[in-house]
Order: sequence, then C-alpha cells, then structure tokens
Amino acid sequence: MIPMPAAGTLDYLSQPSLISARSLRKTYRMGDVDVQALRGVSLDIKEGEFVAIMGASGSGKSTFMNILGCLDAPTSGEYLLDGVPVAHMSRDEKARIRSRKIGFVFQGFNLLSRTSAVENVELPLLYQGVPARERRERALEALKAVGLDKRFDHKPNELSGGQQQRVAIARALAASPSMILADEPTGNLDSRTSIEIMAIFQKLNAEGITVILITHESDIARYAKRNVVFRDGRIIKDFMVEERLNPESEMHRLLATSIVDNA
Amino acid sequence: MNFTNILKIAYNALRRNKMRSALTMLGIVIGVGSIIAMAGVGAGAQQEIDNQTAAFGTNMITIRAGGVTAGGIRIRSNAQLEASDGELIIKQCDLVIAQTPAIRTVTNVVVAERSWGSQVFGVNTSFSTIRNWGLLHGSMFTDQDYRSGNKVCVLGHTVADNLFGGQDPTGGIIRIQNIPFRIAGVLEPKGQLASGQDQDDLIIIPYTTYQKRMMGNKDLDYIYVSIRTGQDMPEAIKQIREILREAHRIPPWGDDDFTIRTQEQVNEIAKSISRTVSVLMFIVASISLVVGGIGIMNIMLVSVTERTREIGIRMAIGATERHILLQFLVEAIVLSLMGGVAGLILGVITGQLVEWLTTWAVSITPMSVIISMGFAASVGIFFGFYPARKAASLNPIEALRYE
Repeated sequence: MIPMPAAGTLDYLSQPSLISARSLRKTYRMGDVDVQALRGVSLDIKEGEFVAIMGASGSGKSTFMNILGCLDAPTSGEYLLDGVPVAHMSRDEKARIRSRKIGFVFQGFNLLSRTSAVENVELPLLYQGVPARERRERALEALKAVGLDKRFDHKPNELSGGQQQRVAIARALAASPSMILADEPTGNLDSRTSIEIMAIFQKLNAEGITVILITHESDIARYAKRNVVFRDGRIIKDFMVEERLNPESEMHRLLATSIVDNA
Repeated sequence: MNFTNILKIAYNALRRNKMRSALTMLGIVIGVGSIIAMAGVGAGAQQEIDNQTAAFGTNMITIRAGGVTAGGIRIRSNAQLEASDGELIIKQCDLVIAQTPAIRTVTNVVVAERSWGSQVFGVNTSFSTIRNWGLLHGSMFTDQDYRSGNKVCVLGHTVADNLFGGQDPTGGIIRIQNIPFRIAGVLEPKGQLASGQDQDDLIIIPYTTYQKRMMGNKDLDYIYVSIRTGQDMPEAIKQIREILREAHRIPPWGDDDFTIRTQEQVNEIAKSISRTVSVLMFIVASISLVVGGIGIMNIMLVSVTERTREIGIRMAIGATERHILLQFLVEAIVLSLMGGVAGLILGVITGQLVEWLTTWAVSITPMSVIISMGFAASVGIFFGFYPARKAASLNPIEALRYE
C-alpha cells in the first residue's frame, strides 16, 4: 500500500552519507486522532552539502528537522548520523550527540538573555567539558567567523536581530559540529539582514561545513545547493539548485531597489 | 562541565531575581538563626548553671526536712530537723568537715528612715566556708557571738546596697523586726540564680540569736554540710542518711523524713529543664526550616516554569538531564546555604543581644554552626530535588516552543 521510498534520489552513493534517513515515520496522537507527520521519508545528505528543506507548515519538515537534530525520535524507521544509528538512543546519548555533532540555529535566535555573546557561544563547549581558557578562545574564534568578535561582551538585548542571529550561528559553530541545522534562520529578519545571514551560511559551507536549512521561503532556499520539498509528510521534490543566489548581487539589487523607492 | 560553572550559573540566576531570592531565603534565615541563637543561649545557660554549682559551695550537701516518696511526692508530715542533727552528723561522720543549721524568715529591715524586705537566715560561723562565700567588708560574726546569741548580722550585697547606697555599713546598726543588730560585715555579691532569684538579698545572723529573738517558725529549714572531697560524696550521703534515720528513730521499712541533695543534683534538675526547653526550641526552629524549604521548592517550581525555554535551549545545544538537574539543584542549595549564612549572622547577633540582656555567656559552638549549615543544605537538596527533576525531564522540543 505504502510506496517504498527510493533510497537517495541523488546519485553519489559512493561517498558515505553524513545523514542517512530510512523510511522515517512519525505519528502524533492529538486527542482521538492520529496525525501522521511523516509518512515514510528517506533521505541521504553527504558531508559538505548545503540543503534547504522546504515545505508549507504542516508538511512535516519541522518534525523531520527535530528527528535530524536528535530532539525527537521517529515512530519507526532508521536514522544514521555519521554512520551511527541515533533514532532510538536514550535522552542522554542524544544530548551528547547534539552537543558534539549538531549546531542549532533557530528562528527566534534562542540566546540566553542577560548573558554576554561570548558566554552564549561558550555554552555548548561548557556542556562538553572544555576547559575555560580553550572555551573562551574557541568562542572568540567562532564569533570572528561571523564577524562579531568586536562585540563579544554585548548582551543579546544590546544587539540587533541580525547580530543576535550571528551570535547564534557562532554558538552552533563553536563545538565544530558535523552539521549546522538552521530552522527558519531568517524568519524574524528583514531582507537585508537575511541576505547577510545567508552569506554567512554560504561562506561556512564553502569552508566545508554541512548546512541544513529549513525554510518555507523559496528565494531563501535558492542560496542552498540542493532543495528538498516536503508535502503531507513525504518528500515530493529533491533537486540541485540550478542558479544559486549570490548574496553580493542580491545585496546590490536590494540597495538599487531601495534607492529607487527613496527617489 | 565542572562545579564552578554550575555554581556560577546558579549564582547568576539568583542575582537576577534579588528580591525574590532574598524573600525565599527568609524561612531558612529564621530557621538557622533561631537554631544558632537557641543553641548558644542553651549552652550559655548550662554553663551558667555549672558556674553557680561552683559558686554555691563546693562539695556541699543540703538536708531538708520532709521526705520524698519513690514517686517523687513530698511528704510534709511533722518531720523536723534540729540543730542537734547537724552536730550529730559532724561528730559521727568523718567525711563531713563543716555543718551549719539554716533557718529563715522573710521580714522587714529598717535603717533610719529606709526599709527593705529581705530574708533573715539563722546560721553558724561555718556558713561562709560551706557556701564558699567571702566577705566584701568587715568580717563574719564570731564563735563568741554565736555562743552568746549576740545581736550581730552580716548583710547580703543587695541589702547593703539598698539600705546604705554602696557605703561600707560595718559597725552600723539596723533593725530587724524592731530589734537592733550590729552589722559585722557585708558578703561578696554572688548574682542571680538561673531561676532569677537574687542570692544577695539576705541577712545572716547567728542561729542562737535567731532562736532567742526572732518571731516565726522555729524548725530548721536546712542543714548545710560540707564534705572533704567530691569523691566522698556518695559515701557521705549514705552515712548521713543512716545517722539521721537512727536519730529520728525511723524503722527499716519507713520512708526518710528528710531529703539529702547535693548541689549537683539540684543543678541537674535546672539543667534538664534548660535542655528540655532547648529541644522544644530546636523543634520549633526545625519547623521553620521545613517551611523555608517548602518556600524554596515553590519558588524553584515557578523558576523552572519561567525558564522552560532556557532549559529547552540548553538541552538543544547539548545539556544532558544531569546537567539540568544539577543546575537547578545547585541553585536550590545555594539559595538555602545563603539563607543559612544570613541565619548564622542573625543567630550570632541575637546571641550577643541575649548575652547583653542577661549577662549569660552565650557561646556559638562550631558544632551548632556545622549542624545548622548541614540542616540548611539538606533542606536545599530535599526540596530542590523535585523541581530540578521536573526541569531535567522536560521534553526539549516542547520546552523550545514554550512562550
């Protein structure tokens, strides 16, 4: 009845996958009704990819992201991260995987308030047990990578939205994870700041970091190399982006339009 | 993640809500404060009683008329002690080095136009030796005074103070029951008993004079006896008992018609009362600690709910359940220990205040500090565990979504 999903729609199976999801299903029980959030999703993501996962709300992309991020367990199916089956690990094992292999970036930034930028970035290292000095060095390095090393001692409420999101990206980077998992990272930002943030993701990806981006905006998805589209708990499209957006030219275009608007 | 980091996180979290943290601590502050003060005052009171034992007279035995049954009921009967009983005791028992009869009455004493209500004791010259009571001015009345029943007296410090305003009254005359007495001397001040009774509010006169001149009851109230050394005490009591039973012709099956008490026994009673009061206060203070603990639990639960999102963030970026559990548990413990330290300070201040008001030496012992701090920490652990457990078992996805 249920069609068997094809394993890896893209054809570079020779390289081992960073992420290998097989027939993931997730069923929630809401009152008397069973809601099928995922109805058999299989997906492979290699190291160094920049994948945008798209879909309308309710398409199952958030559920999928929670499973990829080891925050949630699938009802059935298998998920290998770096070759390790993580789907049915204990809470603490998952916490350790999150701390070492996954860097989260959220729509709402999710920084700890009244805690300086550098301390926020240090947090994942703190839970890994990295000693204080090394922690500070690595956090400052991560802040430098997102261009915020000058404001390391600012509290979130002293930073703009774009800056806060850059701190969040630095926090995701600090622990040198296998991948960065960004859930609508530009959702709370204006167009200009969104371009800046996407430029950072492209730069990090160019340096070899795997980036998985969850978004419902197709123009944001076009900064990625590959797009995967969800609908009703299934993958309906999986393709390489033909003409990737370039943040520089996008910025030029945006400035040009605003000049026209102001004229 | 080491302990310093957890402590820092806890401290920062508490600093953010200064007022709330302070109010939450209050129960612990009061609990620990009262334990410290109570233990200090209790130890001070016991010390004071010990000091009084020494001051009252060392190796002293008090014999009173009237027995006590096995059930502890006093028999008043017609039992009497006589001066001859005392003489018999010192004659027949080698362990006894001094004895004095003691009889007392409450009366008015008058000097010129001043008058003072006090108690007059009829005793012999051994009184000051037995009671270990020196003289401030003048001297004790003499054996000659005793034998002749002269109208001589020695004043307690309070009496001298009230009638002569601090001047040395030696050689002066006071009227006791309208009979003029020459003042031979003034006793050293001894201060108050734990019961609040002023030991210095008395006048001593020769027992013989008392018998001849004073109105009122002629039976002896006490015989005070001094024993050579402390070790002889049990043997001395045994011998005195035999001597008195024989003198009073009590058959072997009869109850004693007198009571023998050492000063230690008297003070043991005072001490046991003070201990009972201490235990009761300790229980009340512990209740305050438990109530304080519930306050901590309540605030920690509120805090966990308020910081659900923070917990979600921490979990998403790699905090294990243990990390979260420790974070909130340490926060609760820090809260109760800070309350404990504040309580310690409060307790010491209260102790000083009591010392100042009562002149007792209030002693804050390291033991009471350790016990109360340990108690405060246990309250933190006990009442912090449930909220911390609750925080640690949150679902990270729901916690992240929490608004």
